[in-house]
Amino acid sequence: MTNSKLSRRRALGLGAAALAFPAVPGALAQPAIGRAIPREFNLTLSHVTANITGRRRPAMAINGQIPGPVLHFREGEEVVINVTNRLREHTSIHWHGLILPSGQDGVPGISDGFQGIDAGGTHQYRFPLVQAGTYWYHSHSGLQEQSGIYGSIVIDPATPEPFGYDRDYIIQLSDWTDETPSHIIANLKRDPGYYNYNKRTLASLISELRRAPDGATRSTIVSDRIMWGDMRMDPTDIEDVGGYTYLVNGHTPAQNFTSLFRPGETVRLRFINSGAMTHFDVRIPGLEMTVVQAHGNNVRPVTVDEFRIAPAETFDVLVRPRDGRQYQVLAETMGRQGFAQFSLATQEGLPALPLPPHRPRPVLTMADMGMNYGPSGLDRGTPMPEVDAPGHVAPMDMGGMDHSAMKAPAGSSQDMQHGSTGGMNHGSMAGMDHSAMAGMDHSSMAGMNHGAMGGMAGMNHGPAGGAAAGGMDHAAMGHGSMAMPDPLVNNVGAPPGARVLSYRDLRAAKPLYPVREPTRIIEIRLTGNMERYIWSINGNSFSKAQPIQLHLGERARFRFVNETMMNHPMHLHGVWMMPQVGNGAENPLLHTVNIKPGTRLDVDIEADAPGGWAFHCHMLYHMETGMMRKVEIVAPRTAAAR
Amino acid sequence: MKTRSILTAAASLALLALGALQAAPAHAQAMHHSTEPPFSHEILTGAVLFEKLEYGWGLDGPNVGRWDGQAWYGSDVNRVWLKTEGETARNGRVESAEIQLLYSRLLSYYWDFQAGVRYDIRPQPDRFYGVIGLQGLAPGMFEVDVQGFVSERGDLSARAEVSYDAYITQRLVLQPNVEVNFALQKVPELDIGSGINDVEAGLRLRYEVTREISPYIGVSYERKLGDTARYARNEGEDVGGWAFLTGIRLFF
Repeated sequence: MTNSKLSRRRALGLGAAALAFPAVPGALAQPAIGRAIPREFNLTLSHVTANITGRRRPAMAINGQIPGPVLHFREGEEVVINVTNRLREHTSIHWHGLILPSGQDGVPGISDGFQGIDAGGTHQYRFPLVQAGTYWYHSHSGLQEQSGIYGSIVIDPATPEPFGYDRDYIIQLSDWTDETPSHIIANLKRDPGYYNYNKRTLASLISELRRAPDGATRSTIVSDRIMWGDMRMDPTDIEDVGGYTYLVNGHTPAQNFTSLFRPGETVRLRFINSGAMTHFDVRIPGLEMTVVQAHGNNVRPVTVDEFRIAPAETFDVLVRPRDGRQYQVLAETMGRQGFAQFSLATQEGLPALPLPPHRPRPVLTMADMGMNYGPSGLDRGTPMPEVDAPGHVAPMDMGGMDHSAMKAPAGSSQDMQHGSTGGMNHGSMAGMDHSAMAGMDHSSMAGMNHGAMGGMAGMNHGPAGGAAAGGMDHAAMGHGSMAMPDPLVNNVGAPPGARVLSYRDLRAAKPLYPVREPTRIIEIRLTGNMERYIWSINGNSFSKAQPIQLHLGERARFRFVNETMMNHPMHLHGVWMMPQVGNGAENPLLHTVNIKPGTRLDVDIEADAPGGWAFHCHMLYHMETGMMRKVEIVAPRTAAAR
Repeated sequence: MKTRSILTAAASLALLALGALQAAPAHAQAMHHSTEPPFSHEILTGAVLFEKLEYGWGLDGPNVGRWDGQAWYGSDVNRVWLKTEGETARNGRVESAEIQLLYSRLLSYYWDFQAGVRYDIRPQPDRFYGVIGLQGLAPGMFEVDVQGFVSERGDLSARAEVSYDAYITQRLVLQPNVEVNFALQKVPELDIGSGINDVEAGLRLRYEVTREISPYIGVSYERKLGDTARYARNEGEDVGGWAFLTGIRLFF
């Protein structure tokens, strides 16, 4: 495996990724000059007409193609990227996951001194590459990312990687809609169930009742319906937006993007989820996958059968197909609305293999409602100066709740943990105060309300509880159906025994930071109003919220509490996020951490990059409707002066 | 006279349409903000809903045409709301027509407080009212709209509307609804008695061809009560009865 062979093959693989649209000739200038002069790249953004589904629809492209061109960088070099805006509107490009000066990060109004790129203008980005791996770039203005302003970044490492492979492919997943993205927001604002054609209906009630084995199950089904109605919420709301066609490198499932291999070779697949609103569950029937990089950082290789990839995440996996047959790589959406798929094959041009039937659609349970995230604010060890704006936080009046009904109808739970609670850290339970638990009166929980929840303060594990507390659930404490879903286990509906990737399986191969106690704990409650399609952090939408200030050099711990019913992949620009998954110094370094509904998770941040940084949910429409903040990392002196 | 009433009805519909036009650029508006710095990051959207646009065949009375529509435009918290409803009877003569212009503010997760003015073009004499109201979603997923009115003469009245969308399948929806009108004083010139004036109940079965367009059939029962009924009888009018409905629900 010589270097030249590798790079030729890599060029082949990456070139294929850019076939969706013809590249504008000469648009990508890559003069082969020495290290001293930064390599220069040119990106031009323009309106185009795309035909993905058979209808000609307006879209936006980079250098005439969707996805945009692959930016192939080398660790240690400095690059100059000229972004020319031929759109009729303001734009910006953000380099997702890259560690760079704030002024080069590309978020208008948040990155230091950056106000975006006016229509007709050109902006020059210039930054050194201090890392290697798989990343991506996208517009950070409005909803342009959904329209096609995204592409991939590959940074070759300065030192050899601790794993080898024969072929290298970028697999950029995305979701395409024929609708205008701004129209989608308007639809969600006037009817949050606009795209949900999997609602609970009288017809589904009758068929559920007919299937029920006994009267007790039937009454559970009925009271579960009544309870959701009383809460005015919809347990079938898994994915907000529908009507998507799911793409691999711009190819529809029928177009069958193909990664070539010869039997016995090792193929590196760089999965990038550039979907605006889609979590994908990825599997390759007949092949196991070895995850070697997560979010661009090497991890200790871990072999899995399936993984869930949240929007903005990247996972690099190695596969070793032995047979000369066609393998189907399936990326099924979390809400089971569709598939992205491509083939691993020994020749181009094969028709796509038929798609399998969808796995059962998940349905949220009371546990996903996060009714039991316990105390808040000071009681949780976190100062919480923010006041919730009206209408942002779901009323937790569970007065009418029937405890018996809290058992989810069998098999319908999104987060039934089928023995996978193995991740629970029993060791950390030693610190649990059992005496406080004695005070927990089961009977009083039937009429649970804010008052009763206050009584749960006694169950607080304190800040030191960390992820272990997050991972521990009430089920483990004998509350049965009061289970808090495991924040790290992804129930992808895999067959029993299948290995499904969890953040717990990720161990940083080269930890960047030593273990140390956080200087501060900052509570980040993920809040919102599904009924009005408002999203917020700590009860305040971006337009109303103040920045979160961190001190340069401090170790902050973001204590995420997801009070909503949706997954939120939270992305912090400029610095790494280290979810406290129990791996100590080897906790993974991620740029985006998916926070599951009704769960909490501690994520540490080494605040070593001064400036203004965007912090937001990477569900595009959640960000756009308010789930975003500015994080300011300032020198302690400056902070004191304020 | 007849032409004039039709004209006034048309005018009130035109006003609503104007509201619709105001709401329509919402899509453009949501896009538009990306041309501005993101710190003024508030999304303005709007919607137009005609819950009722129907013709009722009176099973024991006259045929009635009816509309009931609302439109809003604004941010998450602050919105402008336009509501209109009315009835035509006897060969298209407009019996009642009202239009409301309201300011709406998000109070809590499920509820908006609303205040503004209402103008009744029909019945004659036309009349202005001040309005305060509460609109939202009650436990059990009931859509609720409660309004209190004070007329330019100082008369107090109120109205409550409740409806529920029962999804039979993903597109077939059965919607029961009830509307009740109260008045504190009688207003003889408008044939309004004191107490409960009338009750209207309907059951509409719609098919959501798209979320925007849903044709429906249904039945309704309407009944004037107390002095209001007496006024109606004195004028030889109907006090209510059953009707079979066909109509279309529009939601843009």
